[in-house]
Amino acid sequence: MSMELGADTAAVHMHSRTPTLEARGLVKTFGHVIGLAGVSLQLYPSEVLAIIGDNGAGKSTLIKCLSGALAPDAGEILLDGVKVNFKSPIEARQAGIETVFQTLAVAPALDIASNLYLGREVRRKGLLGTVLRSLDARGMRDDSRKHLQALGIGTIQDMTQKVETLSGGQRQAVAVARAARFGSKVIILDEPTAALGVRESGQVLQLIRELRSRQLPVILISHNMPQVFEVADRIHIQRLGRCAGVITPQSHSMEEAVAIMTGAVPGAVPGEDVAGGTANGQDQ
Amino acid sequence: MTAVIQPAGELQESVAPAARLQRLLHRHPALGPATVLVASCIVFSLINSRFLNPVNLSLIIQQVAVVGALAVGQTMIILTSGIDLSVGAAMILAQMVMAQTAANNGLPGPVALLLGIAVGAVTGFINGFLVTRVKLPPFIVTLGTLSIYTSIGLLYSNGQSVYSTAMPHLLTWTGKFVNIGSFQLTTGVLLMLALCAVASYALTRTAWGRHVYATGDDAEAARLSGIKTSRVLLSVYVAAGVIFGLAAWILIGRVGVASTNNAVNANLDSITAVVIGGTSLFGGRGAVLGTLFGALIVGVYQSGIALAGVQSLYQVLAEGVLVIAAVAIDQWIRKVRR
Repeated sequence: MSMELGADTAAVHMHSRTPTLEARGLVKTFGHVIGLAGVSLQLYPSEVLAIIGDNGAGKSTLIKCLSGALAPDAGEILLDGVKVNFKSPIEARQAGIETVFQTLAVAPALDIASNLYLGREVRRKGLLGTVLRSLDARGMRDDSRKHLQALGIGTIQDMTQKVETLSGGQRQAVAVARAARFGSKVIILDEPTAALGVRESGQVLQLIRELRSRQLPVILISHNMPQVFEVADRIHIQRLGRCAGVITPQSHSMEEAVAIMTGAVPGAVPGEDVAGGTANGQDQ
Repeated sequence: MTAVIQPAGELQESVAPAARLQRLLHRHPALGPATVLVASCIVFSLINSRFLNPVNLSLIIQQVAVVGALAVGQTMIILTSGIDLSVGAAMILAQMVMAQTAANNGLPGPVALLLGIAVGAVTGFINGFLVTRVKLPPFIVTLGTLSIYTSIGLLYSNGQSVYSTAMPHLLTWTGKFVNIGSFQLTTGVLLMLALCAVASYALTRTAWGRHVYATGDDAEAARLSGIKTSRVLLSVYVAAGVIFGLAAWILIGRVGVASTNNAVNANLDSITAVVIGGTSLFGGRGAVLGTLFGALIVGVYQSGIALAGVQSLYQVLAEGVLVIAAVAIDQWIRKVRR
């Protein structure tokens, strides 16, 4: 079954620059189950790339490979054109790729500032910091406040509020803000609005636009078509472990995207003859 | 963009008193035990005016020193959502090593002391290793090492006690009285308070402390945040082991005899103090200060009920009620949302 379609020609020509993050022919299998059957992906500077696909299409496997949580069996990942080989999410993070996982990686009983700096705490200057290892709690609080305000998460005043006392959308905002605070190159968001109401989702989408305006490219994994079409510059469609096409909200309608995603209309995408976005070498 | 996060102050105005209390306790976990401690002292002093006598209060604090020190280590472990049932056995083993190597093998006091503390650290390392590397639940690990450390202590010491006269002064130094105003404390009490202060500092003011809380709160989230949770856990068990070694030193000074019959209820007493002190058995929530209050509450009930002329069994009963009440309150506090 060769459902895969080429990348949208317009989208490819729009970006003749080096992708910030690129995957070439990623393969990942789990025993007999094929997670990724040779997937390629390009993320260009200051763009929001959405990844959509049905359950089991390989979305999560793909971003786990990109964020270092899984090592691909074959294929390569390039960051700013340089080949990278992440052994853990920590390595990916050190390289500038921040991921907000679906299971929010926040500690509920710690406060907002502690969560923003979790794993990257800043010590005080002088002997207090070097000998007594004292944390610069005030500095981190002030910085957190400034950072959240800059991201438009506005009226936050109390950085000592525990994260578990926040609503779902607020927690998501904290998790995204943390990624934005330290992610120097790429932010990956895995289903950031899955558990949120309409208003809170809107706030997270606004946050994504804010990241883009700061030149940070974002990969957004989502089930929610209206949201994807609202915020994404390009849309990478996963189907059965392969890339079934890369479209833009301008080139295709939501119905067409769903049709490609479900395999109902494999040939409905123009530019099928262009092999640009899919370097599928492996057979299932 | 509209406000995603509202200031806490605005939220608090529109909530019922119960919810406000819940939120207050949620923010300050040591507040509950502090209130119980003060209220109990007032009640007991009304029943018998001798209760507030400095001599009596001094005695309470002295009695609490050993369990208080153990409970500091226990707090750190429970904060990681673990539990240590072997604390008393580890302490007795460390105590016997200190006393015997000094009295029978003629080691100088400081060397014997350090050896005993090292034994404590090793017991903690074994627990931590089994929890982090062999991936066994802390309850099972320490249930096993409880028996193991107890029997090693008995085998090593042959059931023989070592009396203070046979020990170097350093080992019994923790029993030395220190007068502060009209209160008579011991250096052991001061050592316990110092342990509280150091542990509290490490847990609240250092990155390590935040990693301990985060690991106990949600280990997976901590791992995804880049924290090496296994290393944090192991370090907690070893640090707690060192504290149990120091508790052994306090124990020798307090009792004056190094015996395997000392502090037989220490395992459960330390857990009682931690739980009454407001630290959650589910991890990630609590503080050493609360544990100190918890240990003092137990001491206050012992003394207060004795002075009230009530049968001492009621003290045990009261302790049980307190433990259950403390956990019930913890469950209630944990329900706080938004």
